[in-house]
Amino acid sequence: MATYDVVYFAWVRERIGLPREEVESTAQNVSDLISELSEREPRYAAAFSDLSAIRVALDQDLAQFDAPLEGVHEVALFPPMTGG
Amino acid sequence: MLDASLSEDRYARHHILPEIGHKGQDRLGAARVLVVGAGGLGAPVLLYLAAAGIGHISIADDDVVSLSNLQRQVLHSTSWLDQPKTQSALARLHDLNPEIEITTYPVRIYDAEAISLVGQHDLVIDCTDNLEGRYVLNHACFKARVPLLSGAISGWEGHVGLYHPAQGGPCFACVFPEAVEERPAQNKGVVGALPGVVGATMALNAIKHITGAGASLLGKLLLIDTLWNEQRLLNVAQDPACPVCGGSHQEGC
Repeated sequence: MATYDVVYFAWVRERIGLPREEVESTAQNVSDLISELSEREPRYAAAFSDLSAIRVALDQDLAQFDAPLEGVHEVALFPPMTGG
Repeated sequence: MLDASLSEDRYARHHILPEIGHKGQDRLGAARVLVVGAGGLGAPVLLYLAAAGIGHISIADDDVVSLSNLQRQVLHSTSWLDQPKTQSALARLHDLNPEIEITTYPVRIYDAEAISLVGQHDLVIDCTDNLEGRYVLNHACFKARVPLLSGAISGWEGHVGLYHPAQGGPCFACVFPEAVEERPAQNKGVVGALPGVVGATMALNAIKHITGAGASLLGKLLLIDTLWNEQRLLNVAQDPACPVCGGSHQEGC
């Protein structure tokens, strides 16, 4: 079991309802972590219903959803913003 | 053209800044910058770049000034309602700094003309309000080997990145692949001062890029959340599988 600082931006944050939280998880990679969260509550499932519109950064490095979480402290999830 | 002593006065606070000085100011004066979008982000970008003495600014925008724009688009005024944003911008910027050249393009930039237009500039600043326009600019900048400084906003948040594959950094599509769709249900609300924060950050990074001051945003994506006071400077790299720049980033053919 590891603890991660999970940070949400833009409409991901709006759907989940908070900007950051500590998450305890046994997930091996980002996809697993997102699946775990989605099963916890509908607001997570709603936020993560379309992962093609979400990007992830692990400890401030842009990463893929299959990237391993071992040794990672912070998981940031953000969509592209489009307004100008 | 105004005489040299007036110009010396106008940029005095740049001249005495060690990271800019007369040399940096000359670089700003020699620069040709294309700003696409004269809306929320374009407003502070254009105001600060004109004030900073960017020698040639091109403005592309096909929209007119609406009342609902004025809550955040501080370049425009009530007296310019229903007039083209390029004309409103031109008048305001000329009044702010008559020493610089300004060219206006009151049209939407599509693929066909984008590459040649982009290629006439040293830096392109993406202040558009839609993903499609961002991808058009990204493709054109890659082809023309011109750096793209791109910013976007939503609600209380924004992000800024500098994309220049010819210098080894990612292109916009490396970070935000073209498969990513604009979310239809997205809340289009935006707090009025947000484009000021994000747009001024873009203008600042344009000045840094042109003068060579400080750390570049190349290979970085700055995320700004003004509601919860969070900021992240992410490392972003070229994607070898990127359909726009992957594998041929040195060609730019």
